[in-house]
Amino acid sequence: MHSWQLPRLRPGAIAVWRRNILVWRKLLVPAILMNFGEPVLYLLGLGFGLGRFVGEMAGMPYLVFLASGIIASSAMTTATFEGMYSVFTRMVPQKTYEAILATPLEVDDILAGEMLWCGTKSLFSGMAILAVATVLGATASWQSLWVIPVVFLIGLCFAGPALIMSSLASNYDFFNYYFVLVITPMFVLCGVFYPVESLPAAVQGVVQVLPLTHAVVLSRWLVAGTPLGLPLLHMAVLLAYALVSYYFAVVLVRRKLQV
Amino acid sequence: MDIPDGAAKHPDDPIIRARGLAKAFDGRSAVKGIDFDIYPGRCFGFVGPNGAGKTTTLRMTMGLTPPSGGTLSVFGLPVSGHASAIRARVGIVPQADNLDPDFTVEENLQIYASFFGLARRQVTSRIDALLEFVSLADRRRARTDTLSGGMQRRLTIARALINDPELVVLDEPTTGLDPQARHVIWGRLAELKAQGKTLLLTTHYMEEAERLCDELLIMDRGGILAQGSPRRLIEEHVEREVIELRGRQSTALAQLADASGCRVERMGSSLYCYTQRSDALIETLKGQRGLQFLHRPAGLEDVFLRLTGRELRD
Repeated sequence: MHSWQLPRLRPGAIAVWRRNILVWRKLLVPAILMNFGEPVLYLLGLGFGLGRFVGEMAGMPYLVFLASGIIASSAMTTATFEGMYSVFTRMVPQKTYEAILATPLEVDDILAGEMLWCGTKSLFSGMAILAVATVLGATASWQSLWVIPVVFLIGLCFAGPALIMSSLASNYDFFNYYFVLVITPMFVLCGVFYPVESLPAAVQGVVQVLPLTHAVVLSRWLVAGTPLGLPLLHMAVLLAYALVSYYFAVVLVRRKLQV
Repeated sequence: MDIPDGAAKHPDDPIIRARGLAKAFDGRSAVKGIDFDIYPGRCFGFVGPNGAGKTTTLRMTMGLTPPSGGTLSVFGLPVSGHASAIRARVGIVPQADNLDPDFTVEENLQIYASFFGLARRQVTSRIDALLEFVSLADRRRARTDTLSGGMQRRLTIARALINDPELVVLDEPTTGLDPQARHVIWGRLAELKAQGKTLLLTTHYMEEAERLCDELLIMDRGGILAQGSPRRLIEEHVEREVIELRGRQSTALAQLADASGCRVERMGSSLYCYTQRSDALIETLKGQRGLQFLHRPAGLEDVFLRLTGRELRD
């Protein structure tokens, strides 16, 4: 089999996804604590704390602005952590993939299952934040429930690059580069905490190609009710990131595990 | 029924057929164009020192790594393009246990079944039978990291049988196990063969190869040195008997052994004298005071060392 061959989608991916959800279920309490604890701290600490000084931002209470941004950024970090630390653990020290590859499943199926699982974890995190934000009065209407499928898409979009990092890593420390050079800059620059428009023009140009910017715009549209011109375009950007990165991750993992 | 040795020995088509099978890693040749056939219902062993190319050969036959040359078919299907369909009919026991530490013994089997597309209710009774087979029925709810090395190996074997495979492939099945655990595994593998399954294993324990395998293929440096049943390999490659001389040896003693017509090999402070008839030499040795010697029939280990040499491999 050629490593550049296009991946095929087969039902085996669901078996891999199911394995992960069964493991997750065993560690349900810390997982739920993480899902709820983080956003509660952010929304209470920053939303109310900082919000008291900021007042309104982009024409809405700061808590509303922040909540819609955190839903997107949290989907990013959730998928990124899962796609790097957990996937690397299964791929290298734990040899789970070696065991799975001794069955009819292929690398294509394993990584498709991991993508779906990363998206699912982002979905859990998004739902938890949405619940907290709703209790705090930071959601516009029932329409904000539409952010749930979008959060799944955001998860896929960041899962692919994380899988690529896992295939390139020789140890866990390697992931620090990706966090410092890619994830943290997006977290700070892509409109989670303040509008992108307030950045210098040159930086704005760069920020517009980053996926988190599109994720935040979509989330703010659905959760805070900010008008949005071309939602499908932003979704297409996220989907493109997901598909292209999935393909390259499959190629790289085939080369890593099937030499 | 009387089947003459050699002729009409293989009425079936081979399960695995390799011709000119080769594998290179970055220009370094790991398997150098080997030919072999593996027939159903038998135990076939690859033996050879570390780095001989055994594991690479197994991985190629299971479609886990693409060959650099030659042709390879399993169950009559070319491996390239059919790896998934082939693996659905094979059970693989890897060199190092890779059980899922997040699951119990029973869950490991259930999850593994799902990778074969087998639903949970389809495998419930099969899991019971397999746990019984590997004597782990009382540990079904234990986490795998609480199991001993031997138990983990048995569970890995049970896991490889979850899809009721026609062919079971084992890469060094007993490496690192204590003698008790090893004997249990040998017993189970013999039972599998009696059930009609084809076994393909790699090992560097000659005792294991001699006990379990009907046919052996001795590999070294990516090539095949010899092939045949353990008995035939011994007959063809070494003399019937060996006398090992241990301790301080004088050159005079070596000359003595030489003069008796033995083939003499030196290893550290031991001399190995290979011979068809040992009586004369033994009589002479009995006269030597303070000399330790061991007289035994030649075995597979002698064949192996003769063919692959006595120097260290790493």
